[in-house]
Amino acid sequence: MSEATVAAPRAKRRANSAYPSWFYLPAALVYAALFLFPTVASLFFSLTRWTLFDATFIGFDNFAQFFREPFLVKGLINTLIYAVMTSGLKVVLGFLLAVLLTSQIMARGYLRSVLFFPVLVSTVGVGITFTVMMHPTTGVINETLGLFGIKGPGWLTDPNLALFSVALVDVWKGVGLATVIYIAGIVSIPQEYYEASLIDGASAWDNFWNITLPLAKPATVTVIILSLIGGLRSFDLIWAMTKGGPGFTSDVIASVIYKQYQAGFYGLSTAGNVVLFIMVAIIIIPLSGFLNRQGDGQ
Amino acid sequence: MTYLRRNWIGLLAILVSTVVFLVPFAFIVLTALKDKRQSSLREFSLPNGFHLWDNLVEVIQTRNYMVLTAFVNSAILTVASVTLLVIFAAMVGFVLQRKPSAWTGLVNFLVLAGLIIPPAVVPTIWVLQGLGLFKTLHGLIFIEVAYGLSFCVLLFKAFVVTIPRELDEAAIIDGASPLRLFFEIVLPLLRPVVITVILVQSVAIFNDFTNPLYYLPGTKNVTVQLTLYNFQSQYNTSYNLLFTNILLITIPPLIVFLFFNRQIVAGMTAGAVKG
Repeated sequence: MSEATVAAPRAKRRANSAYPSWFYLPAALVYAALFLFPTVASLFFSLTRWTLFDATFIGFDNFAQFFREPFLVKGLINTLIYAVMTSGLKVVLGFLLAVLLTSQIMARGYLRSVLFFPVLVSTVGVGITFTVMMHPTTGVINETLGLFGIKGPGWLTDPNLALFSVALVDVWKGVGLATVIYIAGIVSIPQEYYEASLIDGASAWDNFWNITLPLAKPATVTVIILSLIGGLRSFDLIWAMTKGGPGFTSDVIASVIYKQYQAGFYGLSTAGNVVLFIMVAIIIIPLSGFLNRQGDGQ
Repeated sequence: MTYLRRNWIGLLAILVSTVVFLVPFAFIVLTALKDKRQSSLREFSLPNGFHLWDNLVEVIQTRNYMVLTAFVNSAILTVASVTLLVIFAAMVGFVLQRKPSAWTGLVNFLVLAGLIIPPAVVPTIWVLQGLGLFKTLHGLIFIEVAYGLSFCVLLFKAFVVTIPRELDEAAIIDGASPLRLFFEIVLPLLRPVVITVILVQSVAIFNDFTNPLYYLPGTKNVTVQLTLYNFQSQYNTSYNLLFTNILLITIPPLIVFLFFNRQIVAGMTAGAVKG
């Protein structure tokens, strides 16, 4: 009797010791040292004037600057515009393309491939290629438009247009990922729904609106969240194409962080990081909560 | 005619997608084939001769064979960080799924934090300097591991669920140590997700531009993405060389794409359906 009661916990302990907690350790060390600790430290250093060797506490001056200096405010606004625009276009185009590519269309394999390949290609390479193609006078895009008698705009040289041009290239590169996520979502919708609606005499439009769209919701949530996070943090494409220019009209927070770092304003650069962090958090956390809750209600 | 009418959407899709998605790549290839004078016109036109080989030789010789060094560096970076990522993340995913403990909640929270929080750049440089890892390749390897862990842990955790616990128990009864259980029984069964992680992370790390820019500055340790960036100003007038370089660094992703298209799409859409 007493032997049995002793044996049970021991067996359990033995089973549990097959999953030792030190398995967390290698990952935890790297993560804590190079991600977690710098993140926590950034909260302090963002409040300082910092030279890497010594830091002078200056309170919220860096943050005040972010909301006062016109070029920094512009960066904040641009980040929002860029993220919302790329995310919105990826959702709409990705969904429509996925519907098209899951229908009985010819050359599906080819279409999926050409759509997805840019996802895997170097962002800098894509950025440079499009920068050359978007040249206002000798670029391929405007020369082609010229053949139709259209005078193409200065895609990257017009201050009002540069950010949108980069965002379009971002969509060009990323829409393939949104599409394959949507395809996975649409393919997982049980076929019975479509069979039932066929019996009810529903049109293709009804199917699209009342079955595919609502039941692809998990995919929509994923695409929105992924592309918003990516869009808010976006740096390499903007840096490869405009470096934030002309002037600072296409600067985003990530490029401001880099510029301030290069200029040696480490405290201000770190404050930029914290601003970006807060921005991502206050957009993504409530949004994913909201979107997922809605999903449960259905 | 009826064929055309029935398939006009398909034909239109093929036409539009070819123009929108293939023309930029064709532009890269065509420009890489041209000589300096013709490429400077930035036209979408056939090259007046085959100059790819000359361009290739010139790009490779630029700045003392910098491109070759960069390819070696990128290869080391990619292989080392992906190897560490697979092992570290699989260990975490395994224990996280198998043994609920006081740590589980914290670990789950940290995994999500890693996905959402943008890395704090300058403090990271400060830490790297303190550790003597700034401007070193192994420093960057650990950075890539730290930033990639969250995504990989999520994938592994989701996949460990599908491995029956009975296998663990059988191994434990046979006296297998935790390490043997993990490396000889569980990890081989995780093969599909290991392949996914290898592919997705390899492409991401090979293409990474921002982290080498911050944590591995200088010309000694360049990675391929940085050579492109450095050459952008140097090749200001030699578009043939710039695009030959772009072509060169597009080849590794192209190979991955040609051979593992299905797996990489599966990896990138993992979790999308479950939400």
